Amino acid sequence: MIGVLQFPGSNCDLDVIHALRDVLKADAKLVFFKEQDLSGLDGLVVPGGFSYGDHLRAGAVAAKMPVLDNVREFAAEGKPVLGICNGFQILCESGLLPGALTKNTSLKFICKWVEMEVCNDTSAFTMEYEKGQTVRMPIAHGEGRYFCDEKTLAQLKKNGQICFRYKGENPNGALDNIAGICNEEGNVLGLMPHPERCSEKILGGEDGRKMFECMLGYIKSR
Amino acid sequence: MDVEITVKLKKGLLNPEARTIGRSLNLLGYKNVSDVDTKKVFFMKIDASSKDVAKKQADEMCRRLLTNPVIEDYEIVTK
Amino acid sequence: MSLTDEEIGIARTRLGREPNEIEWAMLDVMWSEHCAYKSSRPYLKMFPTQGKDILLPVGDDCGVVRFDEKWGIAIGMESHNHPSAIEPVAGAATGIGGIVRDIISKGAKPIACIDPLRLGDIKRDERSKYLFENIVKGISSYGNCIGVPTIGGEAEFSASFNKNPLVNVVCVGLVEADKIVKGAAPVAGDTMMLIGSKTGRDGIHGVTFASEELTTGKEEEVRPAVQIEDPLSEKLLIDSFMEIYQTGAVRGCKDLGGGGFTCATSEIAFKGGKGASIDMDKIRLREADMAPWEIVLSETQERMMLVVKKGREAEVEKILEKWDVPYARIGVITDEPRYIIKHKGKVIVDMPVEMLGDAPTFNRPCEPIPKAKITKTRITDLKRYFLSLLKEPNIACKKWIYEQYDNEVQDRTVIKPGQDGSVTRITDKAGIALGTGCNSAHCGIDAYEGAKEALAEAIRNIIAVGAKPITIVDCLNFGNPEKPQAMWQFKTAVEALTEGMKALDVPVVSGNVSFYNESDGKAIDPSPVVTALGKVELDKMMTMGLKDEGDAIILIGETKPEFCGAPVVDFALEKKTNKLILELIGEKKVSAVHDLSKGGLAVGLALMAFKGGKGFAVDVAKMRGKIDGSEKLFSESNARYVVTAKSAAPVVEAAKKVGLAAQVLGKSGGEKLHYGLFETSLSEAKKNWENGLEELLI
Repeated sequence: MIGVLQFPGSNCDLDVIHALRDVLKADAKLVFFKEQDLSGLDGLVVPGGFSYGDHLRAGAVAAKMPVLDNVREFAAEGKPVLGICNGFQILCESGLLPGALTKNTSLKFICKWVEMEVCNDTSAFTMEYEKGQTVRMPIAHGEGRYFCDEKTLAQLKKNGQICFRYKGENPNGALDNIAGICNEEGNVLGLMPHPERCSEKILGGEDGRKMFECMLGYIKSR
Repeated sequence: MDVEITVKLKKGLLNPEARTIGRSLNLLGYKNVSDVDTKKVFFMKIDASSKDVAKKQADEMCRRLLTNPVIEDYEIVTK
Repeated sequence: MSLTDEEIGIARTRLGREPNEIEWAMLDVMWSEHCAYKSSRPYLKMFPTQGKDILLPVGDDCGVVRFDEKWGIAIGMESHNHPSAIEPVAGAATGIGGIVRDIISKGAKPIACIDPLRLGDIKRDERSKYLFENIVKGISSYGNCIGVPTIGGEAEFSASFNKNPLVNVVCVGLVEADKIVKGAAPVAGDTMMLIGSKTGRDGIHGVTFASEELTTGKEEEVRPAVQIEDPLSEKLLIDSFMEIYQTGAVRGCKDLGGGGFTCATSEIAFKGGKGASIDMDKIRLREADMAPWEIVLSETQERMMLVVKKGREAEVEKILEKWDVPYARIGVITDEPRYIIKHKGKVIVDMPVEMLGDAPTFNRPCEPIPKAKITKTRITDLKRYFLSLLKEPNIACKKWIYEQYDNEVQDRTVIKPGQDGSVTRITDKAGIALGTGCNSAHCGIDAYEGAKEALAEAIRNIIAVGAKPITIVDCLNFGNPEKPQAMWQFKTAVEALTEGMKALDVPVVSGNVSFYNESDGKAIDPSPVVTALGKVELDKMMTMGLKDEGDAIILIGETKPEFCGAPVVDFALEKKTNKLILELIGEKKVSAVHDLSKGGLAVGLALMAFKGGKGFAVDVAKMRGKIDGSEKLFSESNARYVVTAKSAAPVVEAAKKVGLAAQVLGKSGGEKLHYGLFETSLSEAKKNWENGLEELLI
């Protein structure tokens, strides 16, 4: 059973449920942030949206909610946690992933499809991709510019934690073209693009489907 | 001289950010917190012959760029 | 106070006494043009509003049409013109907020928005540029935050809108056909609940402000009329209401929009044939020291009026508490059809409810404006004209706009912005298409043909993606109805649209009128904006990009010398042509379809090339008709489509069979846009088109 966390203002939660249930035929359910109980879940997705209206900083308020303590425990147990867009912002703000996401250099919200290079094929969410492979996924964000200090960047590179880099065009000014990273253990991944929006051909492409397949495969293998 | 410009939403207008922060603080257990509000502060050095001149310039800057006079008020302090 | 002496007299008579101060304030709002449609109602009666697919007709917050056995599609259209001229971010944002709440109020989940915008001359007018950039920002920030994708729209630029931008917004929602919630409270004893943001001093007198012309220099004075948007609150309304509707405890619902509390509470009782008794002390306030008149007139956004079945309030409140949405039980529906407000124990308002709900209308005088005489532009260098036309804001790529809108959230959008129409899926098999149209410059020249064209174009835009039209919504933006010429323009548009709707068999299910779009005595070009809704099967959708090398390019329809001026519309011809196009798409005889409008054939073909990433070679000189080269390329005659096909013969046959003109002009392929009369490289033309708008903006 995959849990999809829901905060006030999350708006891609139902899309993730749709991708998991309808497209991948997996068990998935919404977890309202007040519920906090993550027992019984095999994996967790923190979806995109505008939790708390992006007030203060995107993901800042959600990251401080008590349920994130349970998410930390969940991740520490080696269970897979995926942060998409606002979810990535929340994971960074809560310390589950290093670095931070800030305003796009253009200062505008951008909704378009981008090309990315797969840079890590061992994490719980990328193990069925091929390193070096090019994938196409849609982005939709105003604060997607990844940033971290030099020391952190060196660590990320050394440990192979950079999972996706924008290819061709960097849409938001992200440091080192970083579109998605994972933690050292490889069970927590955050990315700005939306795999739940590209799990069906009719929506424009299927490269995102694999990410959910990886998660399900990872769960099975544990 | 050092100039400090404080910008605030006009009285009566909704401040959604302040409200969300207030509610979230209550939710996190700080139930004794109320009436949260926010302001924006600009700091700058203005090279001018007198405080009055600097203040006048700062006033102009507010009207031309720093504030949205339709929904914001401002206060200038010269030091 | 904006009421005329006549209206004041009528009010005194109907009430049987002198209204008190707060009652006058309420009448001022309820009897304003914006709320009561005083000048427009007598004409809007003409519109065909019934049909076998209409589940909730005109008259409620929005309309609902049948999609299939199970589903209904709610659709509404609104304007937020005057606020956007003053504070464009908040004005446009709250415009989206308002129309989305209209959809929610009928039990529907909002699934898509469309934004037809009209802005000033952004090339020459700095303020227009500022307004444009910020209107888009407002729509973007609000729509994206609430998780409703803006999947299409339109942007028309003209000096006519320099001081009066038009921000029209459409929202569609999904509701089970047998679970539609009406804006009426027909059962006495039911509880009235005010839900959403606490009431503050926002926008007081906003509605009367929309019913007056904007006079330059008065901007500081209209300041209190601005309403600040809070999309997070709106999202919580969407989420909580979708859960609340599942309980079955809801009897009726209206959203609070123009006219605020007064409008929502009086109308819901009036439509139910009942009355309302309200306790003002129960209303939750943002500022404790608000006077009663401020409370009733407040236009605080993100609020809903819910009528809950007596005894079932707790079920609703439990859900609101889950989502931390403020609420209060503020009154009860009564058998006696009076509208009563109590404050600190005293009755401060006591009027017959029909007095608020049924305002007097006016039969305003009309004075026709003769069709404008247009001198035809002489083009000396066709290629040069074409390349510069591609850069014109009215023609150029609108990516700058729609890339700021999240057009994919909810995983439904299957034809995304940039095509003639947009499509969002409803089931695995079928979806709805939305298309919009209005060439206000044409309407300014000829109010009648221009209005017909708005309808014709909106319909063609959804035909082009393979959809069968179900209904339309409209937003009629005009000048001051107290001026006979503007009133005539309005009347003419209504007559034209009525004619078209009847001829095409497409009723209207909801709409909006915005008058007083005038500054310093000068009105905007009449802008009757139409948005069409249709149903399309997902395996029969069509797009305009050129698909394969060597596909035949076929022009369907007759080209007349209509390069300048307002082209005429023949609805019988439109109907026949549309039917043919749908058949060709359904029978898979065509690979690309595009309906022609601004810029005529030359621009139409270019767009197909840009979207398809390949050029073409046609010989425009060979086009039938005794018209010169510039007409062949740039005439804007209606009822025309360009289609491509592997095999031209079946297409030409099919057209001939129904008596329609069809001519093979050439083939797709290559790196050039070859028109015969001139040619240009695909890349140069595309660059012009892509940069046209970008270059002007940040």
